Amino acid sequence: MSFLAKYMGQRVKRTEDPRLIQGIGHYVDDIKLADTLHVVILRSQYAHARINSIDTSAAKAAPGVVAVYTGEDVAGKVGNVPCAGALPGLKVPKMPVLAQGKVFFVGHPVAAVVATDKYKARDAADLIEVDYDPLDVVSDGEAAAKPDSPVIHEDLGDNIAFQHSAGSGDVDAAFAAADRIVTQRLNHQRLAPISIEPRGVLAQYFRGEEQLNLWSSTQIPHLLRTQVAIMLGMAENKLRVITPEVGGGFGCKLNVYAEEALLGWIAMKVGKPVKWIEGRRENLQCTIHGRSQVGTVEVAVKNDGTLLGLKYNVTADLGAYHQLLTPAIPTLTGLMLAGCYKIPAIQMNCTGVFTNKMATDAYRGAGRPEATYLVERIMDRVAQELNMDPIELRQKNFIQANEFPYTTACGVTYDSGDYEAALAKAMELVDYKKLREEQSAARAAGRVMGIGVSTYVEICGMGPSGAMPAGGWESATVRVEPTGKVTVLTGISPHGQGEETSFAQIVGDMLGIDMNDVLVIHGDTSIVQYGIGTFGSRGLAVGGAALVCATEKVVKKAKALAAHLLGTGADSLSFENGKFVGAPDDRTLTIQEVALAAHTAASIPEDFEPGLSAQHFFEPKNFTYPSGTHICVVELDKDTGDIDIKRYVAVDDCGNQINPLIVQGQVHGGIAQGLAQALYEEVVYDENGQLITGELMDYAVPKAFQVPHYELDHAVTPTPVNPLGAKGVGEAGTIGSTPSIANAVLDALAPFGVQHIDLPLRPEKLWRAMNS
Amino acid sequence: MKINVTINGQAHEADVEPRLLLVHLIRDVVGLTGTHVGCETSICGACTVHLNGRAVKSCTVLAVQANGAEVTTIEGLANNGQLHAVQEGFWECHGLQCGYCTPGMIMASCALLKDNPNPSEGEIRHGLEGNLCRCTGYQNIVESVKYAANKLQGA
Amino acid sequence: MIPANFDYHTPKTVAEAIGLLAEHGEDCKVLAGGHSLIPAMKLRLTQIPVLVDIGRISDLSHIKVDGSTIRIGAMTTHGAIAASADIKQHCPLLAECGAQVGDQQVRNRGTFGGSLVHADPAADWPAAALALNAELVLQSASGERVVKASDFFVDMLTTDVQPGELLTEIRIPVPAQPMASAYLKVPQAASGFAIVGVAVQLEMDGSTCKAVGIGITGLAPKAYRATAVEAALAGTTLDDATLSAAAAKADADASDAMGDIHASEDYRRHLTRVYAKRAVQTAAGRV
Ligand SMILES: Cc1cc2nc3c(=O)[nH]c(=O)nc-3n(C[C@H](O)[C@H](O)[C@H](O)COP(=O)(O)OP(=O)(O)OC[C@H]3O[C@@H](n4cnc5c(N)ncnc54)[C@H](O)[C@@H]3O)c2cc1C
Ligand code: FES
Ligand code: FES
Repeated sequence: MSFLAKYMGQRVKRTEDPRLIQGIGHYVDDIKLADTLHVVILRSQYAHARINSIDTSAAKAAPGVVAVYTGEDVAGKVGNVPCAGALPGLKVPKMPVLAQGKVFFVGHPVAAVVATDKYKARDAADLIEVDYDPLDVVSDGEAAAKPDSPVIHEDLGDNIAFQHSAGSGDVDAAFAAADRIVTQRLNHQRLAPISIEPRGVLAQYFRGEEQLNLWSSTQIPHLLRTQVAIMLGMAENKLRVITPEVGGGFGCKLNVYAEEALLGWIAMKVGKPVKWIEGRRENLQCTIHGRSQVGTVEVAVKNDGTLLGLKYNVTADLGAYHQLLTPAIPTLTGLMLAGCYKIPAIQMNCTGVFTNKMATDAYRGAGRPEATYLVERIMDRVAQELNMDPIELRQKNFIQANEFPYTTACGVTYDSGDYEAALAKAMELVDYKKLREEQSAARAAGRVMGIGVSTYVEICGMGPSGAMPAGGWESATVRVEPTGKVTVLTGISPHGQGEETSFAQIVGDMLGIDMNDVLVIHGDTSIVQYGIGTFGSRGLAVGGAALVCATEKVVKKAKALAAHLLGTGADSLSFENGKFVGAPDDRTLTIQEVALAAHTAASIPEDFEPGLSAQHFFEPKNFTYPSGTHICVVELDKDTGDIDIKRYVAVDDCGNQINPLIVQGQVHGGIAQGLAQALYEEVVYDENGQLITGELMDYAVPKAFQVPHYELDHAVTPTPVNPLGAKGVGEAGTIGSTPSIANAVLDALAPFGVQHIDLPLRPEKLWRAMNS
Repeated sequence: MKINVTINGQAHEADVEPRLLLVHLIRDVVGLTGTHVGCETSICGACTVHLNGRAVKSCTVLAVQANGAEVTTIEGLANNGQLHAVQEGFWECHGLQCGYCTPGMIMASCALLKDNPNPSEGEIRHGLEGNLCRCTGYQNIVESVKYAANKLQGA
Repeated sequence: MIPANFDYHTPKTVAEAIGLLAEHGEDCKVLAGGHSLIPAMKLRLTQIPVLVDIGRISDLSHIKVDGSTIRIGAMTTHGAIAASADIKQHCPLLAECGAQVGDQQVRNRGTFGGSLVHADPAADWPAAALALNAELVLQSASGERVVKASDFFVDMLTTDVQPGELLTEIRIPVPAQPMASAYLKVPQAASGFAIVGVAVQLEMDGSTCKAVGIGITGLAPKAYRATAVEAALAGTTLDDATLSAAAAKADADASDAMGDIHASEDYRRHLTRVYAKRAVQTAAGRV
């Protein structure tokens, strides 16, 4: 097959946008069903407490209230919130959808009020009286692992959920052979994903048909369907999960939450549609958090900068329960501890612990930002100790372009890459040499200037099924309708990534048709074949690959019919820009003509199934490993600690780009989130487990003026892992940016004898570092 | 309490509790769901509409305070199917991803351009300080507003 | 997100409003722009049985320059003050301060009077009101009284306004000779409120500082007048050494220092000194 890339590789405007810029798309809360009842959830204000009693009588008697449910009502009726992460010896506490007997974190759901409108439901929630006995709170991850810590889940013995080791190579020998050992303790602070649309669920039950419809703001409609069906004890195919527009996910909607099953159950109980829309306060309390690892990294190096080995001992503060992938996230860190470098021996020891906080889980990058941050930070520490330029140190240890595929000591095989190429481009863009000269001059003049580099590689395009908790393949159906319009059903569930556009570009080019004739449908389990969903930067790399394969099958099938209709053999035909050509009499057939013929089926070959559609389930052989270089230039105000970002340059390599406009958007957004981690954001609980950053008045999601102008460029090393040659790009910006900013600030502080400061780099910390 | 509010040029009469928020009047009573809710502390700006021609956060206005007022929501911005220059800018410059912040962002951008038709990049960034976007990293939003400023000035 | 129920009144005149306040006493609160009250009600941090919405009283929203006084109606929005040509001409400090309150949406609703009565320790206006020697006009069933800004702020979220009283107008003396001013603010990263805000109104006589008013917000539970700095600057030429020495006293008048995850007490005190100096320098640079 050959085609003109009319759409692929172009900055095509998104087809999603017209409805969104006019406010006529539909997010969950925009879907209005007649007679809908509204659910408000009463949540624990205590981080750890015994529930002595719950008095719901006043609430039940309040105007408009239809029902009030507590843990007792759902016990034995609704299954526990599932955890798909599997590790040897993993302790999994049972997590009922409403608290039973005890609460374990601030925001823990205690009761659900169902009323005719949300105002009345909210009023009634105030009338529920819960008698609590506060218990000792476990607020610190490292303390939680100690034998004298109060135990959160008494039936599990202690707070240690798992011990996980990763890596290979002779670490002891590496450290014995080292000229130097550089050690750094690092905190990866807890973050909140903060999709601007909070979560929301609408459930409707059809009693006669025994069908439950569940609209949820999720990234994984099919996995959610399977899990909620299990929780509710119903047939999976009687549950229809629909994800309408989803207002951002960043991993926080890659989950199965208590409310999703609870609303389904309530809809069945009350016989009317029920809706629950999360408030922002709830969102900060009980939608998953990310990161939250604290540990020590040690590297063994030769005096010439050669890396010999790396050790990382870390405690992951998991929160009170496992959500879907909680224990799996730190294991991803363990896969990427080599970074872009040849490190022969690597060892990670991770202890996952329970604390009285919300669960951590996948937040943009999920485990890899931790790896990249610690590797890139320690690279700068090593450069500092060896008095080497940080770039020279990186270059010295880079995996070279001709060494791919490259298997690291973490056991993963990088698909392709050219780290030098991206680095060279970035250095040229910022004029690195000149910058260092400017820095010397600035320092001489008493100014505090820093240059930070991060050369990252990450693992995404999740992923081979063997390495995934619930399948890593993806599905696509391509159906050419009788009129020649093409319907694509994809198993991914985009929520801002723009695959309605990029998938139409692919199909448009491959079938040689107008991309506007392609409709991409996703996020409805009754329409779309099973799929895995959108996360781990897999939409294009895996879902797009499935689409390519399905489209090829369609072409192949169409070709058989075209050959029949043109009275020739399929081998003599070729499909070029939407037409079957090569018939001996020069007749041609368009794909649309063939589609019509396939449906009328008046003249078809004997073994030809009428219709023109094909399905493909694509199983990737490997992950993809996008990489790149980010360089950040900062200047600090010595009197206040304020940071001024002078330049931000990112050269990313995500392989082939189907839509560079969308790629650019993904990188921009990713950088902003990584920058937010570096400078602003932190979920803070106090020693009583109270959430100090419980609202956006305290949790600092950056605004437009708090982020810099980004200068982007690209390197392109296609991946051999999928037919598009595309690597995921959804998380790369986040992963690459945090360390470049941290390194820039710490480079600025080097003359003050500062080696490291934990994130977020709030001005106060920097001021102290410069003035102590 | 009985109130009259004109929304996108159409008069609406409603009998509401005084505590009803304007955003809920718009979304739940009138049924225009393009105006979104993203927080409860008036920070995110997803709920931004124009009240008598000025940008406000409709989650922080009581419906009764808008009695007698003119409200424009995102649905009322396009004119006879013709996109407003700001809407066009967001489309052209990829100023949105998930689209949830977008209606508020567009309404705030329109108001910004009304007060300052030719803003600098810094003025755009500061002018949109009442609106959060988690997806775009803002750069393409800034480009979108510049696009609209150029277009409006040219027109 | 959802406030508790309340009774709602929309007086058309100040007299009517005062009558309602007298009638409902402790049970009732004035609703001005609602940009402090409504968020608190939505989170149910406060539940108020009766709200008296003064937004429909037309003569509470005005900016008038009357000889030696600027008179600003309590319901005048932050945005209206920031955009007012009269204010920019006669009292640029107010315009500069108003433009830094919240964001454009907040400035279109929130009011000068509401901010002053609310007395949030991180609010911007109190600093300007103090620096400018503003006078606040309070009306109630028992008549009218005028309170100086320096007597107005009592404590965190507490002012001299008594139950039944309505702030109707803020009066700012218009200086006989041109003044130079500045409002500098360190915004809290998430909320945008002031970690520290310093308002300076400077009267120069040639190269000598004749008089200076400095109001500081953010540091203490209530905004305060930096009298120690003012005293140290008056009569000097504002040379760097004098400025530094004076600014070192910027936290001297603070009743206490606040600290939180965004800025500790120490750091706030430090920023107060740094910004006091910068604000005076900025104002001096505008002479
Ligand atoms: C997102 C956001 C960001 C903000 N950022 C800032 C900021 O950066 N800096 C800043 O200074 N402020 C900020 N604010 C607060 C804002 O300026 C408020 O508008 C102001 O504090 C209160 O004014 P209001 O008119 O809205 O008063 P309301 O909320 O209506 O009332 C506040 C209080 O004052 C009383 N009151 C109001 N008017 C009178 C009167 N005339 N007589 C007697 N009592 C009265 C009320 O009863 C109530 O107790 C922000 C607010 C929001 C929502
Ligand atoms: S919903 Fe109104 S500002 Fe967030
Ligand atoms: S586009 Fe998703 S929040 Fe702005």
